[in-house]
Amino acid sequence: MTTRVAVVVFPGTNCEHDVVRAIEGLGGQAELLWHASTSIRGFDAVVLPGGFAHGDYLRPGALARFSPIMDSVGRFAAAGGPVVGVCNGFQVLAEAGMLPGALQKNNGLRFICAPAELEVCSDRSALTSGVEVGRKLVIPINHFEGSYTCDPATLAELQSEDRVLLRYRDNPNGSIDDIAGIANREGNVIGLMPHPERASDDMVGSSDGNVLLAAFLGFASRRAARTDQDLVVLEMPARSSTGTDTPTARQAL
Amino acid sequence: MRFDVLVEVQLRSGIADPEGATIERALPALGFTGVHSLRVGRAIRFEVDAEDEPSAGEIADQLASRLLANPVIEDAIVHVSNGNGYGYGKGGARGAAETQ
Repeated sequence: MTTRVAVVVFPGTNCEHDVVRAIEGLGGQAELLWHASTSIRGFDAVVLPGGFAHGDYLRPGALARFSPIMDSVGRFAAAGGPVVGVCNGFQVLAEAGMLPGALQKNNGLRFICAPAELEVCSDRSALTSGVEVGRKLVIPINHFEGSYTCDPATLAELQSEDRVLLRYRDNPNGSIDDIAGIANREGNVIGLMPHPERASDDMVGSSDGNVLLAAFLGFASRRAARTDQDLVVLEMPARSSTGTDTPTARQAL
Repeated sequence: MRFDVLVEVQLRSGIADPEGATIERALPALGFTGVHSLRVGRAIRFEVDAEDEPSAGEIADQLASRLLANPVIEDAIVHVSNGNGYGYGKGGARGAAETQ
């Protein structure tokens, strides 16, 4: 079954169509989901794309965190569902407390829009599962507030738990420990500043983003298959006792 | 009663403030010497309905910690006054009775 990805759109989001195109190019199915929705039922994965959610007023992500959809995203993530926040989406996840730390203004106060060379530092996440550690990827960054920071205890935890997924090879923005992307403890919630959807075709300079997005789709698809199985197993006693047809797990969800 | 509130949000000490540093570096060129430790923050003013000043302060504290400041990198200082005003044309913060 095709992996279904919800691409959340806040007022001010502007990378949603790039994400949809990249996902579909990899054989996934992507649908835009307005931030006022309260359900992500039926989806296997969630992407919070880049942009300027709610105008980035107050702080990037500060208001988006209170959008109605975020409760569902939180529940989906708590149940193990894969969620990735790209750029502004990373800022939203950090503000929502779904990822530790914060994104500050870049060192030198420069808005940076440029290809960034990255190194994959951990394969223990939904975005890097199966990707060779040490692999180099060129993926663009496009941000003003992308300098990752956190307190020393959090940094030590991220490092010892292998949760730093991507590092810049030539730190462009002052991020602590060259961090470009991190995961939560379970590895299913990921935030990264680089835009994999903008490196989805050699025509635009790089297709390295597909490495991450394909891994993400693969993770979501394997998890969906497992979840379906679990539900079928759970439903089997009911089917044998009543003799009625079991709805597919997807419908039950 | 309606109380005036001023919330000052500033980067926590120890957190780099590139905006403040840039402004400070520009000062000598303008003839300002001897200005140090310049930090940039933001000021948010609003009015809040509450029974008394402590409860107004409590509401403002919650608002400040849940939304106005990001506790990972920022601190908030909350000022509450009864009628002296932190807004425009209402007397200003100077001279107002403040609680922190």
